[in-house]
Amino acid sequence: MSLLEVNDLQVSFVTRMGTNKAVDGISFSVEIGKITAIIGESGSGKSVACYSMLGLIPQPPGRIDGGQALFEGQDLLQMSEAQLREIRGRDIAMIFQDPMTCLNPFMTIGKQLVEPLLYHKDVSKEQAKRRAIELLEEVGIRDPEDTFDNFPHQFSGGMRQRVMIAMALINEPKLLIADEPTTALDVTIQAQILKLIAELQTKRDIGVIFISHDLAVVADIADQIIVMQQGKVVEGGDSQHIFHNAEHPYTQKLLSAIPADSKQPMEGETEPLIQVRKLCTWFEQGKNKEPVKAVNDVSFDINRGEVLGLVGESGSGKSTIGRSILRLVPITSGQVSFDETDVTQLQGGNLKNFRRRMQMIFQDPFASLNPRMTVFDTLAEPLLLHGIANRKTVASGVLKLMDDVGLARNFVRKYPHEFSGGQRQRIAIGRALATSPEFVVADEPVSALDVTIQAQILDLMQDLGKEYGLTMLFVSHDLAVVRHLADRILVLYKGEIVEQGTGEDLFERPQQEYTRQLLQSIPGRALLS
Amino acid sequence: MTTDVISDITEAEQGSSLWHDAWLRLRKNKMALFGGITLLLFVIIAILTPLIAPYSYETQNLDLGATPPSAAHWLGTDIFGRDLLTQVMYGGRISLAVGFVATSVALVIGITWGAIAGYVGGRVDAVMMRLVDILYALPFMIFIVLLMVVFGRNVLLLFLAIGAVEWLTMARIMRSQVQQLRQQEFVEAAISLGLPPHTIIRRHLIPNALGPIIVYTTLTIPSVMLLEAFLSFLGLGIQPPQTSWGLLISYGAETMEEFPWLLIFPGLALTLTLFSLNFLGDGLRDALDVRRSKD
Repeated sequence: MSLLEVNDLQVSFVTRMGTNKAVDGISFSVEIGKITAIIGESGSGKSVACYSMLGLIPQPPGRIDGGQALFEGQDLLQMSEAQLREIRGRDIAMIFQDPMTCLNPFMTIGKQLVEPLLYHKDVSKEQAKRRAIELLEEVGIRDPEDTFDNFPHQFSGGMRQRVMIAMALINEPKLLIADEPTTALDVTIQAQILKLIAELQTKRDIGVIFISHDLAVVADIADQIIVMQQGKVVEGGDSQHIFHNAEHPYTQKLLSAIPADSKQPMEGETEPLIQVRKLCTWFEQGKNKEPVKAVNDVSFDINRGEVLGLVGESGSGKSTIGRSILRLVPITSGQVSFDETDVTQLQGGNLKNFRRRMQMIFQDPFASLNPRMTVFDTLAEPLLLHGIANRKTVASGVLKLMDDVGLARNFVRKYPHEFSGGQRQRIAIGRALATSPEFVVADEPVSALDVTIQAQILDLMQDLGKEYGLTMLFVSHDLAVVRHLADRILVLYKGEIVEQGTGEDLFERPQQEYTRQLLQSIPGRALLS
Repeated sequence: MTTDVISDITEAEQGSSLWHDAWLRLRKNKMALFGGITLLLFVIIAILTPLIAPYSYETQNLDLGATPPSAAHWLGTDIFGRDLLTQVMYGGRISLAVGFVATSVALVIGITWGAIAGYVGGRVDAVMMRLVDILYALPFMIFIVLLMVVFGRNVLLLFLAIGAVEWLTMARIMRSQVQQLRQQEFVEAAISLGLPPHTIIRRHLIPNALGPIIVYTTLTIPSVMLLEAFLSFLGLGIQPPQTSWGLLISYGAETMEEFPWLLIFPGLALTLTLFSLNFLGDGLRDALDVRRSKD
């Protein structure tokens, strides 16, 4: 008997706008000791399916229309809220995407760990604490005795996710549901967490449902893969089968969205457009404290027309370098010259003029657009500011930008919240290109997006890069993406450059230990080669 | 299709899209519209009062005394035989003027001060906000008495004095809003486009901070009106025979048991104004929040 068997599950959301079938008759099963991955883009119903089984979707507007979810032979959908509460956290546990928002910032992690244990099991506080410390050790938290009374903010993102995993495992569940547990994490940390989940699953012999938008992430750990699109299962089966003999076009599209090629470096020599010399950007921490050396003595050139990739984990200073060049953070020392002008000294009108020539594309398209400005206002602003268009010509300028970035013209009067993540990123790219800049810093422009959308945006950036003759600094934690786009790559670690070279150099002949570590962290490496 | 889009844009260009869209949404909100129209009506009556008031507000008729509403005196008369309708109309002039002028003063100073302090940050912020703290700590009454002593009693000065006190809270709300907003990437994007700080504050920060400001404004206007009544009661504001709703209410409250209409009608006028303000304020807040709209 399967641990969990879902038959023809149907869930819909009833709103004023009509009924929306979020999950449209899906069936799958989870075996003990196996990892089942559910793959799909945002809105495909993959999370709703799992949440609805546990009674975790608000009803209304949610509504379960039919089907069965047999957990050890009992139908979860027929259970009362009280019965479900018994099962949640004890037999079925969950891990969520963002460990920061799922942990209570005002409670020590120890207290939060012990809580479900005391609720579900008849144990003393002492026993519970001992149990919790054992588990923290098992999920790889160093010195669990000491960190037991720490608050969530004292842990890094990866460590918090480990705490979340420990919390999920504390009642020894039989089924673990992990909803995008690594999406908010760096590549290297992601690799560690994936390994941890796979290890724990084997050791404890439990069933795991792993929800993700990214096929590559689950490539190394999943036994079974179910691909969902618009509430339906389009393809499912053994993971080897999915990776090598996928039949459905959507699955093939997902597979091809994994960037697997190396860009051919630029032909011919060009002169450098940007020269960075001994750049230091330190952040003061207040008196009597060492400043954070976010960028420390970094020198490099970016040639005209080149795409330079900048790779590193969170805190490596890669975003700070981009912002330092653009004068968005004050630098501590060093020189940045753009077209042979020292930009660190520019003031007033000269600075404004220089800003026209250098633009930035931000990571989070939900935060980088003013929510109260329409697409028109957002795109018109730079055109009018720099006198590229006047009141009469601005409309056609805006429409041309929309055409360039592939947005339908009739969206012009809409506000950012009416768009999907990918569309928003297109607006943000349009804004950056409005001034026809020569140089663009792209700071993780695709890491907040679904894989298929990622591929589209990357293609768009590549095309526009050629069309506008852009020089680009492409900042990312994802080596595979950078290799796909960049002519040369710099690897950054703790504010310093540890290695540089073409994509091929780094992938085939990495010199430094850290680079090797990064390479090994790329999800689904097996698929790439 | 294309030409439609273009003509649509040029039309929108008359003003910023946000305000244009907000107006379209506000028009659909019946309660807000009711509030707005009522307020407008009150303001028009207040302006026209000297022309349309049925009696003079000064003329006493001690023989008549306090009479309940009648055909000659729709709202009755007070103990001095003055027509209450006339008094409510004249009182509205003062109360509405205090409410709107003092609140506008508070809004302009508070939003500007708070936005600059929040946006610039650092030392500038510290100095600006300490100044606010000092003014907070200053006893309000002494402040007003001082102003009156130095400059003489004057209605306009009273407005300014009240406004000068009310802006402090406004500045604090605005500052905390701006501090949150300036962390967002769209502000960084605006900087990297080369927008000057005043444009960033005006176009990117203030529109996004308006929600709480509007709510606080609708709370400020009535509290300002009551403050005026309090000051007048102490002899620092309006003096008889001039009057305001606040004064009428406080006199009415004294004789509530014998002559209830002296309390009821001025009270009704103030209540209706406050309701209208709240409806309009809520409507404005929703209309400006583009995410709430479903069209």
